[in-house]
Amino acid sequence: MSANPQHTPYHPRWYRASMPIFWWLRRWIHARFILRELTSIFVAGYALVYLLQLRALGLGPEAYARFLDLLRSPLSISLHAVSLVFVIYHSITWFNLAPRALALRIGDRRVPDKVIAGLNFIAWIGISAALAWATLKG
Amino acid sequence: MKTTIEPFWWSLFGAGGTLAALFIPITLFINGLAIPLGWLDAPAYENVLQLARHPLARTYLFLLISLSFYHWAHRFRFTLYDGLQLKHLNLLIAVICYGGATVGTIAAGYTLINL
Repeated sequence: MSANPQHTPYHPRWYRASMPIFWWLRRWIHARFILRELTSIFVAGYALVYLLQLRALGLGPEAYARFLDLLRSPLSISLHAVSLVFVIYHSITWFNLAPRALALRIGDRRVPDKVIAGLNFIAWIGISAALAWATLKG
Repeated sequence: MKTTIEPFWWSLFGAGGTLAALFIPITLFINGLAIPLGWLDAPAYENVLQLARHPLARTYLFLLISLSFYHWAHRFRFTLYDGLQLKHLNLLIAVICYGGATVGTIAAGYTLINL
């Protein structure tokens, strides 16, 4: 709101609390919420890197080798290390919220939240182990 | 219009969030860290190409990449809206976010068809 409110003869201004831009830095729980929302940048950022790798794959062996060289640069390693922390944070917060989005019932009993979240975590670990094993086997 | 299309964006956001949560950390770790750092041997070019060309692999890659973009679009839109209080730019932000994800989806489709 302006420091010098103007007189409005016809239309009263309704009250609206003004929020500072960085309101979410004041409390850890709010900052954590914004951090969770920002994981989406790293999710999409990695999807883009992955797409560029597939593009290099389609362009031929030389282009692909050049792309792999790029991935070995210290800048790329650092960015991937930071991104890994954020995408893992995305997974953890996502699975913990899954019971809220998906209320499963067996008979007339609701499946407990911990079971739904637990199954998500098990699927995550299983998929990760399977993909790592498949890569190891070449 | 706004009230009718929101569930559609939310479903893309939800599907993308789930696929990304399950598959992106390990994919990022293998391709972005383990192989570049030499912890794992890079699979041969021909093998990777052959695997990626399989119809199931193409479908999986398309969904993972495209839905990750839409997941970002929806979440980032509301981060700007709530976090930075950019409520007056609502329409512009929505067009940039969902438009960006759509451009990314077209690029993914084009790349995977021509693989």
